[in-house]
Amino acid sequence: MHVHLYERIWMWGAGAIVALFLGATGFAAVSQGRLPPSHVETVDPTTVWSDPRFAERGVTTNPDGSVVVTGIALMFAFQPNEIRVPVNRPVTFRFTSSDVVHGFQIVGTNGNTMIVPGYVSQFTTVFDTPGEYLVVCNEYCGLGHHGMYATLIVEPAP
Amino acid sequence: MIGDRRLATANIGVGVAAFGIATFMALMQALSRANLDLPWRSAKMYYLSVTGHGVMMALVFTTFFIMGMGVAFTTRALDRPLRLPRIAWAGFWTAVVGSLMALWAIFWGKATVLYTFYPPLQAHWAFYIGLTLLVVGSWLWSAAMLATYTAWRRENRGRPVPLAIHGLLATIIVWLIATVGVAAEMLLQLIPWSLGLTDTVDPLLARMLFWYFGHPLVYFWLIPAYVVWYTVLPKAAGGKLFSDPLARMVFALFILLSTPVGFHHQFMDPGIAAGWKALHTVTTAGILFPSLVTAFTIVASLEVAGRMRGATGLFDWIGKLPWGDPLVASVLLSMLLFAVGGFGGAINAAFGMNAVVHNTAWIQGHFHLTVGTATALTFMGTAYWLVPKLVGRELELGLLARVQPYLWFFGMLLFSIANHITGVMGMPRRVYDAAYGGSAVAAQWEGLTLVSAVGGILLFISASFFLLVMLGTVLAGKRAEQPAIEFAEPLDGPPARTGAFDRLWVWVVAAVVLVVIAYAYPLADHLGMERFGSPGFRPF
Repeated sequence: MHVHLYERIWMWGAGAIVALFLGATGFAAVSQGRLPPSHVETVDPTTVWSDPRFAERGVTTNPDGSVVVTGIALMFAFQPNEIRVPVNRPVTFRFTSSDVVHGFQIVGTNGNTMIVPGYVSQFTTVFDTPGEYLVVCNEYCGLGHHGMYATLIVEPAP
Repeated sequence: MIGDRRLATANIGVGVAAFGIATFMALMQALSRANLDLPWRSAKMYYLSVTGHGVMMALVFTTFFIMGMGVAFTTRALDRPLRLPRIAWAGFWTAVVGSLMALWAIFWGKATVLYTFYPPLQAHWAFYIGLTLLVVGSWLWSAAMLATYTAWRRENRGRPVPLAIHGLLATIIVWLIATVGVAAEMLLQLIPWSLGLTDTVDPLLARMLFWYFGHPLVYFWLIPAYVVWYTVLPKAAGGKLFSDPLARMVFALFILLSTPVGFHHQFMDPGIAAGWKALHTVTTAGILFPSLVTAFTIVASLEVAGRMRGATGLFDWIGKLPWGDPLVASVLLSMLLFAVGGFGGAINAAFGMNAVVHNTAWIQGHFHLTVGTATALTFMGTAYWLVPKLVGRELELGLLARVQPYLWFFGMLLFSIANHITGVMGMPRRVYDAAYGGSAVAAQWEGLTLVSAVGGILLFISASFFLLVMLGTVLAGKRAEQPAIEFAEPLDGPPARTGAFDRLWVWVVAAVVLVVIAYAYPLADHLGMERFGSPGFRPF
């Protein structure tokens, strides 16, 4: 197969671009822990409201100062719909759905996960800027989809 | 051959009709997103429209257009009538009936589940059965295409197949591998569930099966556009194809890499371990390679064309290209926007970075550059060139056809740039009203949604021009003998012998092995864990 010299150079360049993209992604994943939310845990969507893991929703603080936010997404609201977390502390979000697929996106951050009924979505992050954040559902969930949002308040350190 | 031309015309006609209806819905959505106070505006109408637009553009328009183009190209490039014409016609009618069933369910408000139809949103059974019939119709078409190729192959042992057919075979192979996923989702999960035969479905399994299909679907749209870029554009621009063997490599790589990439649509999903998502990231990055090679070959072919038209300087070949030709202009402009869309796609696929853009307006900005321009605008350009040959009439309203690609280009620039920016700012996609109770953050998106609406209006005008030209040509074009369909010659002459990239069976086997590696274990793992099904919901 005859391949022109310029073509050969270009193909090496194309290979290098692909390698560069993968290298950057791999570096961020391994050294900075930038992994997509990939928690594997199941739950019965028809009994989530009484499931011990989700019966009490809200913010709890662990002895080491880290925080867990437990919630349920439903048509068309988040429960709780106002979340207060401290700045510069690890915050773990644990959400599931009692009906259809929803999204949980903290606008202006990289906090983003799908919420699929039957599964528990979980990710941990740290907020370094205090303030009020808008949380939106970013997966179509019915005619009230655009009205599904919550407020996240990152409180400054005392 | 007349029968084949009629079949090709019928397929393209249905595709263009679906495109036309979907265009009106697109205008409505673009204006609605800008929160303009319009009399018909309601949430029910908006989400119904998003569903109709998605199904008609992404599934109906593309599938029918590709089927029509496939028949026209195959019979011409192999210079023989279609084998199994009755099967091909049965495929056409099956797909028509299926599309009408799905559209009935959508327009009667019984299937506002968007074109991704994620359960446990539950549509009317007619929606699922209709879409399944559309796929079954495309399988019948595939059978006729493969039978025609096999008949040619028996008489032409050892000869490389024409490049256009090589690309179309890649399209069909990718499609046949991909549709296994959606067929499983429909037959095992959604159809029995919507008929009330089962009570619950596993929504995550459905998403895995959908995206097993959903990403190669993208290449089902793209490879036929590449066929036009490689085998029609160089000739139409007045030149030759720079490299035939590398084009064959590109199509073979698409067979290999199109399917084992679906988890990059599910980076944000729970229930799938990060390692599997990482594996799909690697294969996804790999699929950038054939597109980068395509960029070189096509631009080099265009340079050849410019020089054959008399260019001598370093860059003046660009100006020598026939930018006023509707086909050439459509393809050149669609390639320009596809370059932007390709790099955006690399960001979507970047594992960690995906969290910033997932399900934001960025995504609609992205895929309107890829399927909405690289594929759709190329198909429109192809129609200007192909339809007159099929119906034996001259292209009518030529001025509109010359202006149309440029309007699409500028409309799409406005629409797409605005959506990319609002997406990074956090505006979700597919929302009727992005005000969020007067949120200050949401208020910052407002100016840009207006820019996007202006883009939408330009796109609508452009699409209307296309439809007028098509209608004018078919109904009122001057009857005249049209030049036959001709494909570009390679610069080095046609290949004498078959090479590694012509042995498609090898690539099919390799592709299946890769699919098994990418999917078998995660699926088995998934089916093995304790799972809970969901009942259906119809919040529309």
